[in-house]
Amino acid sequence: MTQEAYRNRVKAAAPKSPLGKNIVMAFLFGGGICTVGQAFLNWYLSMGLPQKSASSYTSMTMVFLGALLTALHVYDRLAKHGGAGTLVPITGFANAVASPAMEFRAEGVVLGMSAKMFIIAGPVIVCGTLASIFCGLCYFVVR
Amino acid sequence: MDYLKAFIVGGVLCVIGQVLIDRTRLTPARILVGYVVAGAILTLIGVYDPLVQFAGAGATVPLTGFGYCLANGVKEAVEKQGFLGIFTGGLTATAGGIAVAILCGFLAGLFSKPKAK
Repeated sequence: MTQEAYRNRVKAAAPKSPLGKNIVMAFLFGGGICTVGQAFLNWYLSMGLPQKSASSYTSMTMVFLGALLTALHVYDRLAKHGGAGTLVPITGFANAVASPAMEFRAEGVVLGMSAKMFIIAGPVIVCGTLASIFCGLCYFVVR
Repeated sequence: MDYLKAFIVGGVLCVIGQVLIDRTRLTPARILVGYVVAGAILTLIGVYDPLVQFAGAGATVPLTGFGYCLANGVKEAVEKQGFLGIFTGGLTATAGGIAVAILCGFLAGLFSKPKAK
């Protein structure tokens, strides 16, 4: 069988992912989570916090909510419907920390939970930090 | 009005992620990494800041906003501290979110059991 024919056969046998429905769900869930974030941002701003602090508090609140909903087994149920709509917001990052922490608790607090909670967050922080150093170099050079 | 803008921009950023999941073989971890790096680079070239001004939480809550926070933090640190800022700016600006994620993740692991599969 040629590669082409094989690829076609795999394509035909693979379960159809309903892209249209997935996109609508991702839009609704992602938009919804960001709207919740906006509500917190507006609330913190109305308390007289400067823009920067309000923004940081909003991120921290969303991370807290994401982890809390993960611990309550709610976030995984949302993610089943929301797809990228629940992955891409920062609540998804919190889910990616809390979920393996719960999963690997049984393997110990240090090498189980504390190590494995970075299984996804680790690469995000590593690559993010590298990107920020690159940006810093650029800002430093053009300054 | 700002709620509508946050909803639409945040929703669109998530739709891009959904298309990447469905149309490529990128795993969720790679998509998250890609979003953070993309956010930082878009901030560097001056594209992301206007989006944040326009959409508020719609641009800062998705993980591209994490990249925005990294790049923005490093920019201000370089302006204030020069060379040192290249290394301190990014993590300082995002420390709040990371610390809360670690704290809440730790507590979740201590007090909640994973569901039996």
